[in-house]
Amino acid sequence: MDALLLARMQFAANITFHILFPTISISLGWVLLFFRSRWLATHDRGWLIAYRYWTKVFALTFALGVVSGITMSFQFGTNWPGYMEKAGNIAGPLLGYEVLTAFFLEASFLGVMLFGHGKVSERVHLVATFLVAFGTTLSAFWILSLNSWMQTPAGYEVVDGVFHVTSWREVIFNPSFPYRLAHKLLASALTVAFLLAGISAWQLLKGTVNSSTVRVLRTGIAMAVVLVPVQVFVGDLHGLNTLKHQPAKIAAMEGVWETERGAPLLLFAWPNATTRSNDFEVAIPKGASLILTHEADGEIRGLNEFEGAHPPVAPLFFGFRIMVGVGMAMLMLGWVGGFIGRRRRWDAARLPRPLLWAFAAMTFSGWVATVAGWYVTEIGRQPFVVYGLLRTAEVASNVAPARIALTLALYVTTYLALIVSYIAVLKYMAEKPESALDHDTPVPLPAPGSQRA
Amino acid sequence: MTFDDSLPIIFMALMGVSMLAYVVLDGYDLGVGMLMHRADEAHKDTMVASIGPFWDANETWLVLGVGMLLIAFPKAHGMVLGALYLPVALMLVGLVMRGVAFDFRVKARDHHKQAWNRVFFAGSTLAATSQGWMLGHYITGLNDGWAFDLFAAAIAVALPAAYVLLGAGWLILKTDGALQAHAVKWAKLAWPPVVIGLGLVSLATPWVSETVRHRWFSMPAFIALLPIPLTTLGALALIRVSLNSSRVTGKLCWAPFALTVAVFMLGFFGLAYSLYPFVVMDRLTLQQAASSPATLKVIGLGAAVTVPMIAAYTVFSYRVFRGKIGELRYA
Repeated sequence: MDALLLARMQFAANITFHILFPTISISLGWVLLFFRSRWLATHDRGWLIAYRYWTKVFALTFALGVVSGITMSFQFGTNWPGYMEKAGNIAGPLLGYEVLTAFFLEASFLGVMLFGHGKVSERVHLVATFLVAFGTTLSAFWILSLNSWMQTPAGYEVVDGVFHVTSWREVIFNPSFPYRLAHKLLASALTVAFLLAGISAWQLLKGTVNSSTVRVLRTGIAMAVVLVPVQVFVGDLHGLNTLKHQPAKIAAMEGVWETERGAPLLLFAWPNATTRSNDFEVAIPKGASLILTHEADGEIRGLNEFEGAHPPVAPLFFGFRIMVGVGMAMLMLGWVGGFIGRRRRWDAARLPRPLLWAFAAMTFSGWVATVAGWYVTEIGRQPFVVYGLLRTAEVASNVAPARIALTLALYVTTYLALIVSYIAVLKYMAEKPESALDHDTPVPLPAPGSQRA
Repeated sequence: MTFDDSLPIIFMALMGVSMLAYVVLDGYDLGVGMLMHRADEAHKDTMVASIGPFWDANETWLVLGVGMLLIAFPKAHGMVLGALYLPVALMLVGLVMRGVAFDFRVKARDHHKQAWNRVFFAGSTLAATSQGWMLGHYITGLNDGWAFDLFAAAIAVALPAAYVLLGAGWLILKTDGALQAHAVKWAKLAWPPVVIGLGLVSLATPWVSETVRHRWFSMPAFIALLPIPLTTLGALALIRVSLNSSRVTGKLCWAPFALTVAVFMLGFFGLAYSLYPFVVMDRLTLQQAASSPATLKVIGLGAAVTVPMIAAYTVFSYRVFRGKIGELRYA
């Protein structure tokens, strides 16, 4: 394997591992704010228990996000030194603003949020929780702005091979950014929705129910019922935007080799890079044109128009189908769960076990869809690092392949061990009785209207 | 010198301050991590509790420092991190291990807690040792050769010792009773390697670099600069004296930590004076390595607004958790 492929694998391993955790913490921060304010408004113990349990999940998730993020900040330089030399005028400030405005905010107030109870007033604690949630979202804003700029560059000029900014407004709000940001934030919310519902369902199945379980289950299902359809809508808009700016990516996602009108929607196929055609097609006639151009005879440009400058087809083709497939499963399960839950008045004992098993099975479905979607968009940018302008091969480092391979093995081993530990600990915590959460914090019930708890 | 010319200097200062903040702040929590295996079972939770609310933000200074290197001096970033590729990877794995062990140890099954404690210790030690090795190579100009490796190896022992001294000082400040008494003992153990390490750095840098030798040992600079090494020696001596004093577990509990921070600062200024105007000793000046003035201005504007805010809420956070540490609980 050559150094470029190894460097890409190492970077991919790192960002894949990293994105799992911010995907949870971005939305979980807001959910915690919701749990906490419900507790303060109702003094219902269930909400307090929900807050305590999920704060632990948040702390663990946040820690994994921080440490893998530190690794990323080094790998920009170690793996892609040419990228910073050529696009540093754009990437530098965006990354810098992320650190300055978001990282310190969330990391500093996390301490107050996690351990500050009894040391600060209820109001200050709530503000700290808000600032942590706000910080994680702000961080997503900056990093997705940079990511989107690499997909749909705007507001720049190139002088002697180096990018210079002509308009920061155009750089930050580049054409794909609003769609990508909305798509990612919703992906985060849905990942959390199914995590909440899945772990609660597991508790119901295992008989380790506590006073928060049904509330959390309802919260998760309610989020899914409302937000999956929104995500389908935003995903469609994002697809149209990609068709406009990155037609080669869409062609690979849909497996369209030759430019055609009335392109079929391929439910299954085996893209063959050698013959430059698909084997074993199962298709809905005119489906792709209908979805992408909203016209049955709309034109989809084929991969052959972009020969030598289009991404590998199979990962995009399958990645896209995995993402959409998981999304459809989420839509169905979310609505069925919402319907049955409502009919049975959210009585834990009356919820059908197959439904609970389905939610438990989908606990980490958000991760699958998120990673599949990111692979589609990031592999879909290849062979460029800045779409259409700068090739990945031009910015790679000249570190010896053996060194990259060695550190790659080191990272992958560490990451696999940590993912296993993370899931095992979530399961272990879910099966603990409520009293285990209880002895943790003797929180006196705040008197109504009082500010200090 | 125009404003544009002075921008790289401003960023060098900002990067330096971030790195100093990182070394001092994460230094004490790495030090506490390295002391874990010496502590009694009963004390381990208290030690972790003493750094619990802070370690996330402490490590963010590393992201800022490296971020500044990446953003403001991209050429130097490539040169430094390319040359230190393996130790960087080891440090990162160490930081990952300790960062997560910290959370896992209280959430995993009870009989796994021991294992996570060991991961916390091992990760802290690996990160600190790698940083020492990197520092050793960096201040001697990233040269290859057995003499440089030997020197880097010495610093790879000395820097963790300095972190341990800082960590023990932190524990003396934040705890009381038996744990505090242990911390005094640990600080005494860490003191000699720190003194030797500082001495080595002070001798090796002028020996390796003509530039540094000239800068420190020519008259009248030598006399003008004499206060720096003398104050450092004085602070080191005072640390040792304070550790022997009976009041170190009482009114003077802040002294070892504060004095160690002073030693770090003095060492940092000495190093900065040796290096300037180079980003990589004798190879790359900061003007050569700097990004375009337009880019630096954009980030500088953000930094001017946010850095004071960061300082303010860092102070806020330390005030919230001031005083001796109790049991740490989620709420």
